[in-house]
Amino acid sequence: MEMGFRWDFAYEILPQMLWATLNTIIAAGVGYAIALVVGLFFLLGQRTPSKIINGINREIVEFIRSTPLLIQLFFVYFVLPQFGIKLSAWVCGMITIGLHFGTYLSEVYRGALEGVSKTQWEACRALNFSTAYTYRRIVLPQAFPIAIPGMGNYLVGIFKDTPLLSTIGVAELFHAATAVGGYNYRYLEPYTMVGIIFLILSVPAAMWVRKLERKVNVAQGKIKQ
Amino acid sequence: MSYFAFLAEHGITLLLGTVTTIKVLICSMILYVIISMIFGLMRLSKNLIIQGIATVYIEFFRGTSLLVQLFWVYYVLPFFGISLEAFVAGVVALGLNFGAYGAEIVRGGILAVPKGQWEAAHALNFSPTKRIKRIIIPQIFPIILPPAANLTVELLKATALVALVTVVDLTFEAKQINSITWLSAQCFGTALLIYYIMARLALVPFLRWLEVLAAKKVGRGNA
Repeated sequence: MEMGFRWDFAYEILPQMLWATLNTIIAAGVGYAIALVVGLFFLLGQRTPSKIINGINREIVEFIRSTPLLIQLFFVYFVLPQFGIKLSAWVCGMITIGLHFGTYLSEVYRGALEGVSKTQWEACRALNFSTAYTYRRIVLPQAFPIAIPGMGNYLVGIFKDTPLLSTIGVAELFHAATAVGGYNYRYLEPYTMVGIIFLILSVPAAMWVRKLERKVNVAQGKIKQ
Repeated sequence: MSYFAFLAEHGITLLLGTVTTIKVLICSMILYVIISMIFGLMRLSKNLIIQGIATVYIEFFRGTSLLVQLFWVYYVLPFFGISLEAFVAGVVALGLNFGAYGAEIVRGGILAVPKGQWEAAHALNFSPTKRIKRIIIPQIFPIILPPAANLTVELLKATALVALVTVVDLTFEAKQINSITWLSAQCFGTALLIYYIMARLALVPFLRWLEVLAAKKVGRGNA
């Protein structure tokens, strides 16, 4: 076997890898969209006045957060068919990622809501605003900027966890690399390219999130410019 | 097959897998703590080369996926003549990956130590090494332990990935049993439960205890 990095082989498989990258981006995007919505539901469960629902919600969130995404993927992928629910690997992957990261996003939302000063609520109360109006016009516009960095972080996080989807057969970038590597019996180039593609996409994204975070902190007056 | 019959037949296998998972966890925990200390300090170095090395390391390992790093260490390093055993490869990849995240926590912790402490140590004519070792480092623990605890729970979850490079851990065993018996709900459900119990009843209380201990050491806890 030839040692060292073979550029011609890398060039040959590049189109295939780039197509698979598109799938990875789609997977991350869809998973993120689901997670954003699921996070809202968990937030709702947390903020309802019922103590029982709060407790159940907290336990579910804790359970999902402290068990590995990989086994959750297997669970959804292998167990649902036993109950007659046949879903494709893509759908299973998206649901699991959505659920898993939804728990994290609910924490981001909670932190953002708690980041809005209590006096804002009191002022709205004094002005006789309804709760819905208070949320819509006063609290959410202030909470949203606080949530942005956390939300951005988890977008990058989901992106970096998409390779796990390959274990249940979703044809994303890592899956393509493994297939190409197995076919040609050369793993050096495909896996290295996957690493580089991830770096190219996620480092700028992470930098952008950090910049946003600084901006939010400045706007909040936490740090000076 | 009832669940108890399942446990009677496969419980031991799962427990043996759990032992491996715990081994992986402990080894990679030690490695990541050491790495994050070293690179956290390097990141704050005034020497631009040292700082640059640390920054590249941190950005590289935080920018790529853990699974990719793991496969790279296990399947690609042999191309360069470095063949690691699956267990070692898993621990190295986990340690390097989490070390990068940990280094940022350590850096944040050091920056959060009040400036007066540095100045006081300076005024007392402590050498730079002594300043770091005796004054700054002991004070960062109460600051870094809460985020480090989160990271360590993430590490426990991440150890599941080593099953994919053939380390026979809990995840591997669960997958194996699943492919023999097709009792997916039982084996993956049990695996999830074991991970949950390890995290909630062992790891988290241990880390809380460390936090309390660290707070007491610097005189902030209520002893």
